[in-house]
Amino acid sequence: MEAALATILAAAAPLVFAVIGETITEKAGVINLSLDGSIMLSAMAGFATAFVTGNLWLGFIVAALVGMAVALLIAFASISLKLNQVAVGFVLFALTRDLSSFLGNPYVHQRLAGVPHLPIPILENIPFLGPIFFQQDLVVYGSLVLIFVAYWFIFRTRPGLKLRAVGERPEAAHARGIPVNRLRYLYTAIGGALVGLGGAAFSLDMKLGWSYQHTLNFGWIALAIVIFGGWHPYRAALGAYLFGALQIIALKLQPIFPGLSQVLPSMPFPIMILTLVIIYTDWLKRLADRFPSLREFLASEPPSGSGVPFEPE
Amino acid sequence: MNFARRFASSLVAIVAALAVAIGLMLLVDAPPFEALKLLVEGSVGSDVKIADTFMAWAPLVLTSTGLIVTFAAGLWNIGVEGQVMAGAIAASWVARTVDGPVWLLIVLTMLAGMIGGALWALLAGVLKVYGRVNEIFGGLGLTFVAQALITYLVIGPWKRPGVASTSGTEPFPEHAWLPTLPGLRISLVAVGVALVAVIIIYFMLRGTRFGLRLKAVGKNSRSAYLLGIPTTRYMLAAFAIGGALAGLAGTIQATGFLHRLVPAVSGGYGYLGILVALLANSSTIWVPPVSFFFAMISVGSTQLQLRLNLDSSLGGVLQGVLVLFTLLAQGWQSRRIAREAAEASAAPPVKLVES
Repeated sequence: MEAALATILAAAAPLVFAVIGETITEKAGVINLSLDGSIMLSAMAGFATAFVTGNLWLGFIVAALVGMAVALLIAFASISLKLNQVAVGFVLFALTRDLSSFLGNPYVHQRLAGVPHLPIPILENIPFLGPIFFQQDLVVYGSLVLIFVAYWFIFRTRPGLKLRAVGERPEAAHARGIPVNRLRYLYTAIGGALVGLGGAAFSLDMKLGWSYQHTLNFGWIALAIVIFGGWHPYRAALGAYLFGALQIIALKLQPIFPGLSQVLPSMPFPIMILTLVIIYTDWLKRLADRFPSLREFLASEPPSGSGVPFEPE
Repeated sequence: MNFARRFASSLVAIVAALAVAIGLMLLVDAPPFEALKLLVEGSVGSDVKIADTFMAWAPLVLTSTGLIVTFAAGLWNIGVEGQVMAGAIAASWVARTVDGPVWLLIVLTMLAGMIGGALWALLAGVLKVYGRVNEIFGGLGLTFVAQALITYLVIGPWKRPGVASTSGTEPFPEHAWLPTLPGLRISLVAVGVALVAVIIIYFMLRGTRFGLRLKAVGKNSRSAYLLGIPTTRYMLAAFAIGGALAGLAGTIQATGFLHRLVPAVSGGYGYLGILVALLANSSTIWVPPVSFFFAMISVGSTQLQLRLNLDSSLGGVLQGVLVLFTLLAQGWQSRRIAREAAEASAAPPVKLVES
């Protein structure tokens, strides 16, 4: 049991980075649809950098910068040029995906020592919790801390309030003197950097190495989880862990149903979609009405300014 | 946008895309001009190559034309890839079970493909209209399901006798193949069907009541609804048409090119079609030439892998850069136009690129 939970925590860590990053971006009112490609390109760039320089952490930094660069392109196209975010995002998905194959070609199946395990002294000896939470590596610790920091920042600080304001009510935010488009640039860049870290968490840790389309479909899954997570860090993280659990279950079922082994890995996505349908039905709303204290957690409406360009007049 | 401006922005985009491609090749120590020459020779350098390029062109034209219909209705049908697969599954089922003369099989497989693709698209449409699931995510989810379904069929019920692998089904009986020109892989039926589809959709969007109302729904579904257009029905119709054309592309892939069902049956023509539709800027008439250019890049880039040991994904990079720069150039231009207009008068800026 402890082992399985620890594996899920670790397996979902890259997704947690990507999902929290995209949640922040969408909270500010921008949709980065390029995720499936930008995770791939940053995973490739991170691995290549670490392989060439021998410095793992430099790999993470480069991956974050790549993710940030792609996100900034989307911000520029949608905020400054007022192009359609979906169009630009999709084109950048296709472009970065193919770019990762082209530039990553020399690094296919190269070997590299990944992020080392780093058990935390004393805490690791706590029964049950120790093996789950405190015998991981820095990437997993980082993903756990990120969830709480993101929640605290978005919902409990003044800058977080402004972040939500530019996503929900850009006109009102503008009227109160908040620089809407500058903040949207900022949070798109930060979200992109986190997505890039997610890519590096794949290629340098959880799925160590580089191969053709190494992180295929994880970006689309991350985008679905953001919706599933109702733009809330805790629920988004929960979605990532549920997905991790499904993956582990599929892996365990493989020897029992060998025929299904090819089909199962793609199943979580439709399950996610089905959940979306259920989320959008009324009972979740009614539940939130009955338990007002849970409203923040159960809300599933997208930020209302999301995807809509803002033009100060 | 007037023609001269549009031409200028296209030219800028093409030059920029070429510059990026050359830069990338220099980065990996490949000879850029030889590679570009190989790209052209590998796609239109001989009869065989031209035939292959047209066999990539036909499904690409079909998916792009279908996407133009859904884009016109304001719908992001990103699930088109799954609709290609669903069409291929339905066509394969007919090809494997129905016996008869070649002409009958052509008609039946194509009908089956259109129905399969249309149903798959309607699923995404119903999820959007009645389930409030954004069509982007509904479509993507259904693509995963279609992919899983093909894999299941190929290793399960339709597996080759004795072999359970993902390499594909048995080839279809030959009467179910689209007839090809002797010695070449091109099927005139496939090319003809693609052309007919372009012509029909062109006139439908331009000159019919249905097409005009569909565009009204796409421009502003709320006003269209208030004016008495049944928007829900129009959206579902757009999904069905787009899906039927995507399913036709799947049929051509299965019965005209691969002659069996394989997991990669879609050939990526769904996703590529989105790029073509964006580059054609929602104008049906531009779909055939843009598709041909893209088919050239896709077919030609396999030569780069064979002859220069360059990864063939360079073709995809080239296509992506081209569309990206075209969009950016258009956005840049309309921003300038808007600013000029704002300076000239207090009139509100015109949005040209917003779809």
